[in-house]
Amino acid sequence: MLSRTADHLYWMARYTERAENTARMLDVRVQYSLMPQSALAEEQGWRTMLGVSELQSQFDAKYGSLSQKEVIDFMVRDPDNPSSIASCLRAARENARAVRGSLTTEVWETKNTTWLTLQQHLKSRMFEHHPGKFLEWVKYRSHMSRGVTLGTMFQDEAFNFIRLGTFLERADNTARILHVKFKFLASDVIETDAQVEFYYLAALLRSVSAFETYRKVYRDAITPTRVAELLILQPKMPRSLVACMCAVVANLQEVRNDLSQDTERLAGKLYGELQSAHIGDILDEGLHAFMTRFLASIAELGNGIGRDFLLPVAPELPEEAPAPGQTQTQTQGQAQTQTQTQTQPQPG
Amino acid sequence: MSNFYDEMYATPATVRPHYTAFAEWLAQQAPQVIEQKRAEAELNFQRVGITFAVYGDNAGKERLIPFDMIPRVINAAEWTRLQAGLVQRVTALNRFLHDVYHDQAILKAGVIPREQVLNNAQYRPAMHGVKVPSDVYANIAGIDIVRAGEGEFYVLEDNLRVPSGVSYMLENRKMMMRLFPDLFARNRVAPVEHYPDLLLDNLRSAAPQGVDDPTVVVLTPGMYNSAYFEHAFLAQQMGVALVQGQDLYVKDDTVWMRSTRGPQRVDVIYRRIDDDYLDPRAFRPESTLGVPGLLDAVRAGRVGLANAIGTGVADDKSIYPFVPDMIEFYLGEKPILNNVPTYQCRKKDDLQYTLDNLSQLVVKEVHGAGGYGMLIGPASTQAEIAAFRERLLAKPEGYIAQPTLALSACPTFVDSGIAPRHIDLRPFVLSGKTVSMVPGGLTRVALTEGSLVVNSSQGGGTKDTWILEN
Repeated sequence: MLSRTADHLYWMARYTERAENTARMLDVRVQYSLMPQSALAEEQGWRTMLGVSELQSQFDAKYGSLSQKEVIDFMVRDPDNPSSIASCLRAARENARAVRGSLTTEVWETKNTTWLTLQQHLKSRMFEHHPGKFLEWVKYRSHMSRGVTLGTMFQDEAFNFIRLGTFLERADNTARILHVKFKFLASDVIETDAQVEFYYLAALLRSVSAFETYRKVYRDAITPTRVAELLILQPKMPRSLVACMCAVVANLQEVRNDLSQDTERLAGKLYGELQSAHIGDILDEGLHAFMTRFLASIAELGNGIGRDFLLPVAPELPEEAPAPGQTQTQTQGQAQTQTQTQTQPQPG
Repeated sequence: MSNFYDEMYATPATVRPHYTAFAEWLAQQAPQVIEQKRAEAELNFQRVGITFAVYGDNAGKERLIPFDMIPRVINAAEWTRLQAGLVQRVTALNRFLHDVYHDQAILKAGVIPREQVLNNAQYRPAMHGVKVPSDVYANIAGIDIVRAGEGEFYVLEDNLRVPSGVSYMLENRKMMMRLFPDLFARNRVAPVEHYPDLLLDNLRSAAPQGVDDPTVVVLTPGMYNSAYFEHAFLAQQMGVALVQGQDLYVKDDTVWMRSTRGPQRVDVIYRRIDDDYLDPRAFRPESTLGVPGLLDAVRAGRVGLANAIGTGVADDKSIYPFVPDMIEFYLGEKPILNNVPTYQCRKKDDLQYTLDNLSQLVVKEVHGAGGYGMLIGPASTQAEIAAFRERLLAKPEGYIAQPTLALSACPTFVDSGIAPRHIDLRPFVLSGKTVSMVPGGLTRVALTEGSLVVNSSQGGGTKDTWILEN
């Protein structure tokens, strides 16, 4: 498969997954905001959310005040924010368009229809009037994308690169969601009595569709330790870090080439660590330290995949290692489709 | 412009025989059903993303080409004659291309003035003496044809570089079958869906000698090109890779593509990039769309290119007037299809005639395409004609003039109901070891009343084209 094609497929999947996770993060925040809390706590909540995506300074430069309306605008509509839902869905669609020949008709049409419908939703400002409904729509379009991929794509390399993108992005996003929520709970702006804690943890679980699962697995009260265990170490939980890494390892193995040994080793190491870890070890290290380390490894893995598969014969391109913790975006090298200046006879 | 041939009606009350079944069907359709189908078609084209990009203002914006649901129908007898004429014409054009890049017999014989060919910007000296597979240069040709009267077809233009539009031919048929399956039960419409198979066969035959199982790719300038949908569509339909210049490189006169498993050799490139942009080392150095060294690989016979480099010298409007002579020279046959009488403004007398009759003529740029930079005398204001006169006088050799043909018209859905609109036809002719084509082509329609400009960039639409089998 063409390296450029693989690059588009991988990023198409990453951006689709990222849009879904941004929707999940926003949704849980919108739900929190319905709870009785101080204005300070409310603001702090939105602030931590921006912090998790490394978007605080960009937001401050553009928006005066920090309120739900502004943050939602920034995270949903703002075309200048590369992580906004609109930017992600656009990037997913543009990447799909660049390789539509490698997708089934259904996968392409799903991405394209999502993007077309989004234009209507942005126009009607549905995300402002009914944020919950809008975020639900984003999540369901992502479910549909994934389902149509699983249900129609031939399971060759193209499929593997899509899956790699999906799971690497999800690992990154689950880690970020956990990171920020626990940071928030540990902060002093809210009074964490048992009841408050319950609501926050329940909302966190719902944001990753894990509330019912938690009940099924633990049949017990909701505690931070168990929540962390479920979302980090539970292999049957589809959004847990260990489940994501399991899929990354499996798909990497399918596309293995002469260059990919180190990347495979890194993925295997990360997976192995999660498989054998006990939640007590992680809490001993400190959730914050653990997540920082994990996010850095995920970023390194992303760089490795880029280097080994997506730009293999382009040594002249500078290798950009993003700062640890920073959200990765598609490099503007090979992946960028040049705007052409050539005039050709128009079709038709 | 009221005197034109109507494709459907012989007189306002008489339907032509090959349109009878359609006319009966149409009469039975409720207006709201038609409206509903029209909306359905539009939604489908949006969803599938059958769009083209527009140049100029709003760069990067995608637009739908309007699709009209009334088919353009051609009967079997007329098609048989058209097809024979197309095969004859494209065969002669390929013979001409081979000749001008080898012995130049036609120049030596004085049939075409030497400088007309050798000084033409589209003539590529680098291709002189280069052997191309099957001696075919224009593997894919799109010939623009118009009808003036009963059995009276004219070739308006030969497109031998990177002709586009075939994807619309295929998608229009798919859409019609989806919207109106019952129509196809009533009419014996010749199928066109096998075009990608014919194309792939043709491309495989353009492989360098000794390659048994050639790797074919489609080379596109990228997703912002106006015809990107078509490039992606054809690659997918043929099951070959869609590549951009940056995906390929040349090493030891061999073309390789960068793949996730390392370099992979490429044998045939169906390129949808103009000559000028194909190889920055040989042509425009600033081009980032091409592949450095590609010309060397072609010259070394290590890769097949479809179409070959340098085909533009045969479809240039300054060469167009000589095509009937080519047919007689190479094939010893009388041309089956008419050429439109053409005044070459580089000639003093022709220029004078053109200047004296600007309000009656169509004047085109020799190198123009897409319906840009042309004057349609009868449809222009005095001021437009005066402005064009200045441009013409400044560079007479850059223009040709032709009488304004009364293009045939086909009933078309418009705001006020159904009304005749002018049309043309672009059939696609594939040349390799043999010459082949699917029955039909792309019918373009000028949606503005009285307009003769069918180009999509100028607001033209398309129709499904039916060749009826006997």
